[in-house]
Amino acid sequence: MSVATDVLPATVARPRAAERPRLRLAVSYGLLIAYVLFLLVPIYWLVNMSFKTNTEILSSVSLWPATFTLANYGKIFGDSTWYMGYVHSLIYVAMNTLISVTVALPAAYAFSRYSFLGDKHLFFWLLTNRMAPAAVFALPFFQLYSSVGLFDTHIAVALAHCLFNVPLAVWILEGFMRGVPREIDETAYIDGYSFGRFFVRIFMPLIASGIGVAAFFCFMFSWVDLLISRTLTSVNVKTIGVAMTRTSSATGLDYGTLAAAGVLTIIPGALVIWFVRNYIAKGFALGRV
Amino acid sequence: MLELKGVAKRVRGQTHIYPTDLTLEKGTMNVLLGPTLAGKTTLMRLLAGLDAPSEGRVIWDGRDVTGVRVQDRGVAMVYQQFINYPSMSVYENIASPLRIAGQARDEIDRKVRQTADLLKLSPYLERLPLELSGGQQQRCALARALVKDAGLVLLDEPLANLDYKLREELRAELPRIFQKSGAIFVYATTEPEEALLLGGNTAALWEGRIAQFGPTLDVYRQPCDIVTARVFSNPPMNFTSVRKDGHRLTFGRGVNAPADGVFAGLPDGDYSAGFRANHLGLNVHTGSAIELPCTVGVSEITGSETYLHLHHGDDRWVALLHGVHDIPQDSEVGVFLETRYLYLFDVAGKLAAPAAYAMAA
Repeated sequence: MSVATDVLPATVARPRAAERPRLRLAVSYGLLIAYVLFLLVPIYWLVNMSFKTNTEILSSVSLWPATFTLANYGKIFGDSTWYMGYVHSLIYVAMNTLISVTVALPAAYAFSRYSFLGDKHLFFWLLTNRMAPAAVFALPFFQLYSSVGLFDTHIAVALAHCLFNVPLAVWILEGFMRGVPREIDETAYIDGYSFGRFFVRIFMPLIASGIGVAAFFCFMFSWVDLLISRTLTSVNVKTIGVAMTRTSSATGLDYGTLAAAGVLTIIPGALVIWFVRNYIAKGFALGRV
Repeated sequence: MLELKGVAKRVRGQTHIYPTDLTLEKGTMNVLLGPTLAGKTTLMRLLAGLDAPSEGRVIWDGRDVTGVRVQDRGVAMVYQQFINYPSMSVYENIASPLRIAGQARDEIDRKVRQTADLLKLSPYLERLPLELSGGQQQRCALARALVKDAGLVLLDEPLANLDYKLREELRAELPRIFQKSGAIFVYATTEPEEALLLGGNTAALWEGRIAQFGPTLDVYRQPCDIVTARVFSNPPMNFTSVRKDGHRLTFGRGVNAPADGVFAGLPDGDYSAGFRANHLGLNVHTGSAIELPCTVGVSEITGSETYLHLHHGDDRWVALLHGVHDIPQDSEVGVFLETRYLYLFDVAGKLAAPAAYAMAA
């Protein structure tokens, strides 16, 4: 009897103890799958649409293309107004990223290393530039750039995006620079390094991940912005955003081509994220972001 | 020869260094000894040229270098933190001051390898500094400071962040390294033992002033005032008030001692008597020792020694005793002190009469 009471609870408890982690695993996998599906469904739908014909898109809802076609992509790569849209966009995005990071580096260094009159206020004031919606600046930018003859150029869009990107880059870089002990600067000066040489040879490698993160954010903002780039360009510089809003014609909206253009728009961003993913992880841990 | 003439440093109305005169000779080891916030690092930064003094001049070999950029000073500095260039290999780290100076490639290679040998870094030349242990990282920083043959080498508590064993090891190496170069070495530390082991000269710093500067042993044996005595003793020197009356010294609680020898010539009056922890004993009752009644506070036993915290009236003393003495708290003990270990300071804190043992040495 005493043996039975000893054994019984143990035999009951054992399968239950083994089942619990399995159940937990199933629940967490289930949640994870649901989450991924939730994130991927819109993207899948876009990709799905880009391989369909317009008639199929408009006639029925299907999970995969009934008549698979590459015509939509063919249209984009065959028409220079389409594919040059990507080229124009990439040009001003690259210009903007380069300008923003180059300008932000010395500014962030000053904020991280020196105390000067009003430094904290200035730092905050820089950030306030990001608080207004971009639309607020559309009209003044249009007027301003037209009056100085920069309207419809790459540099106009690149400079306009600097208003938003330079403060962000300064903010990110300052956090990284603060993490580098000041003694490294001083040791370099004692060793005989001039400021410029120290900055390029010693300091920049130390904050490489910060520069990566800052460049990434500048790239992404500039790449996804539609409003300012549309406002400041017309004929010579047709950005991809402009090209995509041009697809409505007499025959109705060209959904297939629009979807294909959308897929192609995601790719550069995805590529950049892939390249800086390690930096980003580091960046979120070390920096201020 | 490096001279400070009336150098002072004030930051936002606060004085960090009071006007200071200091002369450091070529080929000497100079220890800046003082507790934290005494101004050791500030003084070092003024010596290096990283900060400009608020007033006064810095003279290097007869040339005024007060406003000269740190790049043109020809100094080297090692910090308490292990500061290396993380993105460069150890070899490149050591070579970097020479590369900046534009020296020939094989000359650089020769010097780097020689210095690396001296600091036992040869096997690690291709590694990155962060892949080394703390001691090796600091050795790398030391190598970079030594390789450039600077006229002035500043070491700001270079061993403070190292563990005990490594510290001993590097401290033993430093005087050897130092002898090979003819530079002025300045070494900041908070530990009196470190100053004594390094030898050379010692400047005792206290709250932004150099209390005393001279050969290390002289400063240790004959501190010119209470401040120096307190800084240059570990545990800090014990003090009690004493009254000289003719041929008699009367301690606070009615203990008398003959005022002979060095004390005989002092004018009558009140003094502060100072003596080091290791000169107190529990049972060294020779004829000349005086017995002072105390209450025991805490006994700290370090294995072979005991730090006994004592209350003598309002005075707080520490006695350093050999062997293990586990004395219960609040028990009354008589501690013995030979009068030849007694320093007398006048009411202004200046040394009135050095201890007899220090005179003999």
